[in-house]
Amino acid sequence: MIATSPSFSFARIFAMVMRHWYLLRSSWPRLLELIYWPLVQMVMWGFLQSFMAKQTGALAMAAGTFLAAVLLWDILFRGQLGFSFSFLEEMWSRNLANLMISPLRPVEFVLSMIAMSVIRLIIGVVPVTFLAMYFFGFNLWGLGIALGAFFANLLLTSWAIGLICAGLVLRNGMGAEGLTWSIMFLFLPLTCVYYPVATLPVWLQPVSWMLPPTAVFEGMRSLVLENTFRADLMLWSFGLNVIWIALAGWAFMRLMQSSKRAGSLLSVGE
Amino acid sequence: MNVNVPPPPAIEADRLTKRYGEAVAVDGISFALPAGTVTGLLGGNGAGKTTTIGMIMSLVAPTSGRVSVLGHDMARDAYRVLHRMNFESPYVDLPHRLTVRQNLSVFGRLYGVRNVSERIALLAADLDLKDFIDRASGKLSAGQKTRVALAKALINEPDVLILDEPTASLDPDTADWIRGHLERYRAKHNATILLASHNMAEVERLCDRVIMMKRGKIVDDDAPAKLLARYGRRNLEEVFLDVARGRSGAEKEAAE
Repeated sequence: MIATSPSFSFARIFAMVMRHWYLLRSSWPRLLELIYWPLVQMVMWGFLQSFMAKQTGALAMAAGTFLAAVLLWDILFRGQLGFSFSFLEEMWSRNLANLMISPLRPVEFVLSMIAMSVIRLIIGVVPVTFLAMYFFGFNLWGLGIALGAFFANLLLTSWAIGLICAGLVLRNGMGAEGLTWSIMFLFLPLTCVYYPVATLPVWLQPVSWMLPPTAVFEGMRSLVLENTFRADLMLWSFGLNVIWIALAGWAFMRLMQSSKRAGSLLSVGE
Repeated sequence: MNVNVPPPPAIEADRLTKRYGEAVAVDGISFALPAGTVTGLLGGNGAGKTTTIGMIMSLVAPTSGRVSVLGHDMARDAYRVLHRMNFESPYVDLPHRLTVRQNLSVFGRLYGVRNVSERIALLAADLDLKDFIDRASGKLSAGQKTRVALAKALINEPDVLILDEPTASLDPDTADWIRGHLERYRAKHNATILLASHNMAEVERLCDRVIMMKRGKIVDDDAPAKLLARYGRRNLEEVFLDVARGRSGAEKEAAE
């Protein structure tokens, strides 16, 4: 008999990370999938950047930001997928009820998905950054300390979105799985990954600025094109992320309670 | 002052109700299961057994009423007692690609088992898992999977064990073996077992008490021998058919 159970346990988080690590280790398609899309994206945008760099004027300047944009976008997109995949794996394997009746607390469950998101990202995106350096001479690491700020802000957003997706799947079942794959593409035009915010219609620009990644992509362009690190943009993004994470955590807990009321935890995976 | 306060029931449901819109899945049921007993929860499809189990494990929120386990209200204090409970059902799986050892190791750590490797070795010996302990869980036969699911359910040596059709789709030999193991576990640990099953012979063999449900209500609740006597039947299967077809024990007694 287990006499007590602490209200927070790193051992339980570690157990969940091990669960996903065992899975990754046993499945080469899963490992390949982690690196496949970032690699394809990098190659395509790398060639485009090389081509456009030979042009003149503003187009050539804009092209200089493409590879940085695509690699940062992949941090955002892959961060969210990495988080959501860990959750979906439990649904696919019909293991969620086992976890929900175990002493694993929701916050530990979420922290384990965050840890897996970082691990998946390291496996998937980091090697691609070195390939971009080798094939296209683009050194993402050359962004220096700013890269840390970009990386942290994008990851925070990706976890907030991943948390909302997990809650929706928990509440609505696998019918909501498609959202996990597609929701981030809503952010692609609105966060101005490849063009400045000023490109958007005036009425849409305030909406764009409410999305934390927008400031990151603006900050990246400022750094690459003007060699200026915009700390104000990073602070704005971080502030928004704090709000987004809090709202996403609240939404996840509400959706979990709602799924308990609806009895949907008994039929997960179906 | 020396006052002997009796321990709380291991599981207690008090006017427990679950509605899904207009449909009533569980309709104000109450029962208390003392520690160390094995209780069968019987009923046809849609009787409310799974929903009741879901509420006991805090997977389903009751519409009204309350359920407590080992004295803790599951709506408020589930995390104070979940480490002392466990659950097994053929309708819940373990991750297929993980080996049996990996799965048991993960759940051992989730439940805070002190020496996980030792515990896994003990369960592997008890439940005869040694031959496939390092095989992927998804590649096991139905009988092997059930033994592994039972090992997961026993990883934390639970005081309260909830089993949903533990021997469904097993051959008679494996099913008998599982029943024997459950009997030994209960005797050794004084565990409380709640068992939902459609296998009447299993319920007759294992249970001290049977709660019969129909359309969300408890329609009878007694020891198997007393139910057999009251319904004038030779086995629980015949009692089950009487209940399913609307003949209560009281009516039968009155008719005679």
